[in-house]
Amino acid sequence: MKDFEKMPVKEEKPNHPTITMTDGVLIPKKGNKRILSSWMMTFIGAIALLLFLIIFKADPYRKIFFFVIKGTPTTFEITIAAIIGAVIIGTLTGIGSVSNNRLITSLCGVYVELIRGIPLLVQLMFLYFALGSIIHMEGNIAAIVALSICFGAYMGEIVRAGIQAIPKGQTEAATALGLTKAQTFMHVILPQTIKIVLPAIGNEFISMLKDSSLVSVLALSDILKKGREYISRTFLSLQTMLIVALIYLIFTLVLSRLVGLMEERLHKNG
Amino acid sequence: MAKIEIKNVTKSFIDPDGKIMNAVKKTSLTVNDGEVVVIIGPSGSGKSTLLRTVNLLGAPDTGSILFDGVDITKNNADTRKLREEVGMVFQQFNLFPHLTVLDNITLAPIKVKKMKKDEAEKLAMELLNKVGLADKANSHPNQLSGGQQQRVAIARALAMKPKAMLFDEPTSALDPEMIKEVLDVMLSLAKEGMTMLLVTHEMGFAKAAADKIVFMDHGEIIEESSPEEMFSNPKSERTRDFLQHIL
Ligand SMILES: Nc1ncnc2c1ncn2[C@@H]1O[C@H](COP(=O)(O)OP(=O)(O)OP(=O)(O)O)[C@@H](O)[C@H]1O
Ligand SMILES: [Mg+2]
Repeated sequence: MKDFEKMPVKEEKPNHPTITMTDGVLIPKKGNKRILSSWMMTFIGAIALLLFLIIFKADPYRKIFFFVIKGTPTTFEITIAAIIGAVIIGTLTGIGSVSNNRLITSLCGVYVELIRGIPLLVQLMFLYFALGSIIHMEGNIAAIVALSICFGAYMGEIVRAGIQAIPKGQTEAATALGLTKAQTFMHVILPQTIKIVLPAIGNEFISMLKDSSLVSVLALSDILKKGREYISRTFLSLQTMLIVALIYLIFTLVLSRLVGLMEERLHKNG
Repeated sequence: MAKIEIKNVTKSFIDPDGKIMNAVKKTSLTVNDGEVVVIIGPSGSGKSTLLRTVNLLGAPDTGSILFDGVDITKNNADTRKLREEVGMVFQQFNLFPHLTVLDNITLAPIKVKKMKKDEAEKLAMELLNKVGLADKANSHPNQLSGGQQQRVAIARALAMKPKAMLFDEPTSALDPEMIKEVLDVMLSLAKEGMTMLLVTHEMGFAKAAADKIVFMDHGEIIEESSPEEMFSNPKSERTRDFLQHIL
């Protein structure tokens, strides 16, 4: 006797099987045995190889390692600062992309398109030199700003998609209760968006750690730059790059597991 | 006091092909203080659209809406104050999934009415008792059945101490065995004298609680009468047709 007039909504099934793949690293989580075990094998393998080289092939690997590892603080300093910058820019861009103000949405849209259409290395060098010539800036600050602007665009898209994934009924319910737009956003939309976007944002963190190596072209002494310095001094290119690669790999694997743990926690809390 | 007067309201949408869709056409309806008015009608007839003009979730294009004699469609009207005074319950519950049941209920009193947290929680517990869910205060919405979620949604709306309540098909998304628990809560509200405007096809509820039933079709009110009259002696052909389908 109720709802006789409502047709059941038909789920539209695509005709072709589709896959979703990102170019990011795989995030090892408890639920996914395959990825977790390949993560474990790679991680143990990388550590074992590095230890082996340092201990049993001390010449030249130990020297290389202790020289190159000095770039770690720079790499992390730049990565962490740029992550903070990119999250802020990304959140603002994401909010701007769904705003009612046409001008703001267009601005955000153009920013995102612009950034996504230019190779990261090109942007980085352009911004670095542009920022450096307009306002005098320390090299690492310029690099951090440039990386933040580059990755802010990608995060903006993630945040926008996250906000748009929240059902309209949430905003309606909050509005009907008398909450202002700002209150609705802060207490209803944002907390739910964070949950949705965290996995994708975590992926970006890992990309940023890796892509921070691009700043080595900007005369900053990160891990890669240290490696190149060492090569120019000793011509041990293959050995040095092996150590550099192992260091990045281990950092990336640790970070991806941390992101995985964060996601596991998030799911446990409802 | 809570009197809702809908006067000559129209509301149109532009559908995806760019055509103008007149969802509600020059419609007037009055809900007096303490009255329960039920809107029925086929899908797409404009019931939700009309209901949502009352708390300005979808403000009318033309016409006016008076709440306790105050024109709330005027530019300088206090929309937020109105929304404090008019609660709304949705078909899909729309509880906030990231908050516990208790926090769902206390959010608006704390943020909008600036109530103290412990005071708001006390009020929330009273309301949860009233809807029979005191033991679920610390659950998350996804741990509740549909009927329980809807009762929480009602408690959430009541926490603002509204003078009137709007319900948009509050039981349509529920499994049959859960409909009664929600209707019982609504019935007790009606008995307490809450002013209610609702869209529902629960004719048992309409018969028991409604002072007036309104039949809408194609964006217009076709017929408006007491439940007895509407069910035993509908005036228009279209109403009769519709009632035959759902009864
Ligand atoms: N936001 C919107 N945008 C465009 N068209 C809309 C919108 N909301 C409603 N409509 C259209 O207005 C008309 C009336 O819709 P409304 O939701 O008020 O009907 P209803 O009587 O509540 O139907 P139902 O019983 O299916 O809920 C429909 O044709 C609908 O497609
Ligand atoms: Mg409807």
